[in-house]
Amino acid sequence: MYALELQNLTKNFGKTAIIRGVNLAVKKGERVAVIGPNGAGKSTLFNLISGRFEPSSGNIKLHGQDITGKRPYEISRRGLARSFQITNIFSRLSVFENLRCAALFASGQKYSFWKPLSKLDALNDRTEALMASLELKRRRDVPASLLTYSEQRALEVGLTIAGGGDVILLDEPTAGMSHSETDRFVHLIRSVTVGKTLLTVEHDMGVVFGLADRIAVLVYGEVIAFDTPEKVRADPKVKEAYLGAVLDADMNHAAMAGAAA
Amino acid sequence: MSSILKALHFKPLDGVRIVVWSAFALILLLMPLAAQSSFALTLLCLTGIAAIACMSYNMLLGQAGMLSFGHAVYTGLGTFVAIHAMNKIVGGWWVPMWLIPLVGGFAGLAFGALLGYVTTRKAGTPFSMITLGVGELVFAAALMFPEFFGGEAGINSNRTGGSGWLKDMGLTFGPQIQVYYLIAIYLFICTAAMYAFTQTPLGRIANAVRDNAERAEFVGYDTRWVRYLIVMASSFFAGIAGGLTAINVEAATADLLHGVRSGGYLLFTFLGGVGFFFGPIIGSILLVFALVVLSEFTKAWQLYVGIIFLIMVVFAPGGFSALIMLNLRRVKYGEWRKMRWPYVGMFFFGLIALWGFAALVEMAYQIQVAAGSGTALTVARIPLDAASTSSWLIAVAVLIAGGVAFEVSRRKFQRVWNEGEEHIAEAIKKAEAAIV
Amino acid sequence: MEFFTISLLNGVSYGLLLFMLSAGLTLIFSMMGVLNFAHASFYMLGAYLAFQVSEWTNFWVAFVIAPVLVAILGGLFERVVLRKTHKFGHVAELLVTFGLSFVILELVQLIWGRTPVDYKVPTVLEGSLFKLYSSSFPVYRAFMMLVAFAMLGSLFLVLKKTRIGLVIQAALTHPETTEALGHNVPQVFALVFAGGCALAALAGVIGGNAFITEPGMAQAVGAIIFVVVVVGGMGSLAGALIASILIGVAQTFAVGLDWSFIGGLQTLGVTVTPETFGYPVWKLKISQVAPILPYLLLVVMLVVRPKGIMGTRDE
Repeated sequence: MYALELQNLTKNFGKTAIIRGVNLAVKKGERVAVIGPNGAGKSTLFNLISGRFEPSSGNIKLHGQDITGKRPYEISRRGLARSFQITNIFSRLSVFENLRCAALFASGQKYSFWKPLSKLDALNDRTEALMASLELKRRRDVPASLLTYSEQRALEVGLTIAGGGDVILLDEPTAGMSHSETDRFVHLIRSVTVGKTLLTVEHDMGVVFGLADRIAVLVYGEVIAFDTPEKVRADPKVKEAYLGAVLDADMNHAAMAGAAA
Repeated sequence: MSSILKALHFKPLDGVRIVVWSAFALILLLMPLAAQSSFALTLLCLTGIAAIACMSYNMLLGQAGMLSFGHAVYTGLGTFVAIHAMNKIVGGWWVPMWLIPLVGGFAGLAFGALLGYVTTRKAGTPFSMITLGVGELVFAAALMFPEFFGGEAGINSNRTGGSGWLKDMGLTFGPQIQVYYLIAIYLFICTAAMYAFTQTPLGRIANAVRDNAERAEFVGYDTRWVRYLIVMASSFFAGIAGGLTAINVEAATADLLHGVRSGGYLLFTFLGGVGFFFGPIIGSILLVFALVVLSEFTKAWQLYVGIIFLIMVVFAPGGFSALIMLNLRRVKYGEWRKMRWPYVGMFFFGLIALWGFAALVEMAYQIQVAAGSGTALTVARIPLDAASTSSWLIAVAVLIAGGVAFEVSRRKFQRVWNEGEEHIAEAIKKAEAAIV
Repeated sequence: MEFFTISLLNGVSYGLLLFMLSAGLTLIFSMMGVLNFAHASFYMLGAYLAFQVSEWTNFWVAFVIAPVLVAILGGLFERVVLRKTHKFGHVAELLVTFGLSFVILELVQLIWGRTPVDYKVPTVLEGSLFKLYSSSFPVYRAFMMLVAFAMLGSLFLVLKKTRIGLVIQAALTHPETTEALGHNVPQVFALVFAGGCALAALAGVIGGNAFITEPGMAQAVGAIIFVVVVVGGMGSLAGALIASILIGVAQTFAVGLDWSFIGGLQTLGVTVTPETFGYPVWKLKISQVAPILPYLLLVVMLVVRPKGIMGTRDE
C-alpha cells in the first residue's frame, strides 16, 4: 500500500487544463521532490491533494483510502499536512500559540471548552519542544506578524508538522531565503520529518538533491519522469522537456555540492 | 511517574490575577455605597447587564472576528422567554426567581443553535449581512405573533412572585438593591466564565479562525463548526443578559429585538475595544452613559456618538481599552511624562473646537426639532440664540479657530508619540537580545 | 387577471428599484471588498437632495443634480475616510460605513426634520398610463421602469465597452488579483465608490417620491438590498437582478393577498379553530407575512444553496 497515490488526476480552470492526468505513487517514508518549470502545475497539484481545490477527475488515495474531494480539515485529520508557498500563519497569535493551535486538534482536544489550555501539560511540553527545534524559542511570545521572513518560513513549516501528520507536503519551503539560511533550513526540515513521507516542491536543486529519495518531474500538468535523482538526471526526456542545458548544469553543480556535504 | 508528580505539584494562581479579580468583586460589592440616588442605582443595574451583553458580543467580534448586526435577537429573545417564565412562576411554578437569568441564557442558547445554523453558513462580510437579515426577520416576526410577543404593548411581569427559602429570608427582589446584587453576582460569574472560555482550546481556535480561517482548516478545524459553536456560546451569555433585563424592568417589548439595539452593541463594544477582554466593560459604561445621561443633555446625542465612532474607527481602531493599554505601556517604559503637555494642549483645543461644533448642531436642532420652545439655548452654560446671526458666526469662528489650533497641537502630539514609540521598540529589542 | 397584471408591473418596477440599489452595492463590494453599510443612506440622501433641489428649481434639474452631488460626497468619503481604514482590513471598512450611516441619518434629521418631507411626483408624470378594468397603472411607475432600464443599459455599456469597465469586470471574477491590482489604481476605487453612490442616489431620486421620503427610508430598504446581494450570489450583477425582481414581485403580490393557511386548509376539508396547535401561524394572512418574505427567502437560500442564485464563490 502506498502512503499517497494519485490516479489519473486532472484539473481544469475553465477551459484551461492545468493538471492533465497525473499518476504518482509515493511509498511510506519516501522523500519526493516535485520539480518542473514555472506554471507546470506544482502548486495546483498540492492544492488538489490537500483539498484546497477539487479535482476535475481522477482519484487521490491516502494510505489506500480515497480522499478525493474531501474538505481540507478532513484530509488533515487523516494525517496529511501541508505548508504554503506564500506564508499562511495566524498573524495576531504568538509563535507559541500558533504552534499550539496547529497541534490542538490532533492532540485530541478538538473543540473542547471545559479544560484550560494551561492544564494540557503534554501538549504544552510538545509545543515547547517543537518551538525549540524550530529555533524560535526566543521569539516565543511575539505575534507571528512581527517575525522576520525566515522566522515566518520556519513557523510555516512548524504549523505543518505540529499536528503530527505522517504525510507532509511542503510547497517551496526555502523560497526567498539566502544560501546560508537555506542550508540551515534543509537541515531543519530533515530533522523534523524523520520517518515521515515527504513531498516537496522545490526550485533550488541543491535542496532537491540534498533531500529527495526520488524526483517527480512535472511539465505542463503531466509527470514525465519519476525516479531516483541519478536516473532523472540522465533521462533524455527530462533534459528535453525541462530547461535542457540549464537544468543539466544546475544538477551537476548540485550533485557535487551534495557529494561534498 | 512524572504525571503523578505533576498532579502533586501545587500551582498557585498568578498573584496579579487574584488581585484583579478580588478588586473586581470588591468594586461590584461596594458600588451601591457610592450610588446615593435610586437613579444612580438604576444606572448601575443597566451597566451590569450591558457589560454581560457587550462581553458576549465580543466573543463574536473580538475573539472570532465575526461582525454581527443581530446580537439583540439573542438578548431580546432571552428577555421574552424569561418574562414568560416569570409569569409561570407568578402562576405557581417551583423555580426560584433568581434562576430566571439562566432561563434567559438557555433560551439564548436554543435560539443561537437555531438561527446560528443559518447565519454561520458564511464567514466574513456575508455573515454580517445575513445577521442583519435574520435580525430583521425576528423583529418583524415578533410583531406578527402578538400571542407571544404582546404586540406593540409588549408583555409585563412581576419579579416579586414565586417562593423558596431564599425568599422567606427576605430575598423578594422588591427593592432595587436586591436586583443590583443579583446582577452583580451574575456579572461576576459570567465575566469569569467568559474569561475562562478565552483560555480553552475552543476559545483559542476561535482566535485562529479570526486570524486565518483557511489555515485553521488545514490544521484540522471545520471553521463553520467553530463559528457555530462560538455563536451558541455567545448567545447563551447574551440570553443571560436578556434574562436579567426581564427581572430588572419586568417587561419586554419588541424593540428589544430591533436592529438599532444590535447596532448599539456593536458600536459600544467597539468603542470599548475588542482587542482586550475588559474592553466591552468600558463599552457598556459608555453605552449606558450615552443612552441615559447624554440623551438627557442633547437631542443630537446620536450624531455625537456616530462622529466619535467614526473618528475612533479611523484613528484608534483598538477602542478606549487599547488607548488605556498604550498609555500604560508608556508609563511602564518611562515614556509617559513627555506626553503630558502635548495631551493637555490637544484636549484643550479639542474642547474648544468641540464647543463650536456642538453650538452649531444644537442651534440647528433648536430650529428644526424643538422649534416650539423658542430659539434661545445654552451650550455648556454659554447662552446662544439660534435666530441671531451673531450666534452662528461666533460658533463658526470658534470651530475654525479651535480646529486649527487642535490640528497644530495634534501634529505635535503625534511627533512626541512617535518618538516614544521608537524608544520603546529599542528597549524591547534590547530585552529580547538579553534572553539569548 | 387585472390584479395579476398590475401587481406584476408594480412588482417589477419595485424590483428594478431594488436592483438599482444592489447594483451599486455589488460593484463596490466586488471591486473593493467593502460592504458599504451606508449604501441605503446614500439612497436616502439622493431622495432628500432631489426634494431640496426640486423645491428650488424643478424635478428634472434635481434628477441630474442629486446623483452628481451624492457621487461627489461618496467620492469624498472614500478619499478622506474610507481609504484610511483600508490597512485595518475589511471589518474596519465595514465599521466605518456603519458609522457613516449613523451620521447621515442624524444629519438628515438635523437638516430636514424627523417627519416626512413633501417630495412629489412632477405634474407631467402624474396620472395613470392605462386602466385595466378598475385598476390603473401610474405613469410614474412606467417612468421608474424606463429609468431603471436606461441605467441597466448604460451600466452594461460602461462595463463592456470602456477600460474602467473591463477592470471592474475583472474584479467581479477575480477579486484577489484585482485587489492586488487595486493598490495601484486608487482612482478606480474612488470612481467605483462614487459611481455606486450615484446609482443609489438615482434610485432615491425616483423612489423617494414614488414611495415616501423620510428618515426611516434607509433602514427600511437597507436590509433588503443585503438580502438581494446574498441571495443573488456575492459579486454577481445578474444574480442581483434576478433576486431583486424576485423579491419585488413576491412582496408586491403578497401585500395584495388575503389568503391564509386556514383558508387553504379549509378547502382541503380541515377546519382550524383557535384551539388548534399552531393557530397563530395558521391564521396569518399572506399580506401580513409580506414584510418578512425577503428574509425567509434568505434563510431558505442559505440552507439550500449557500452560494446564492448565480454565485460562484463558496465561502
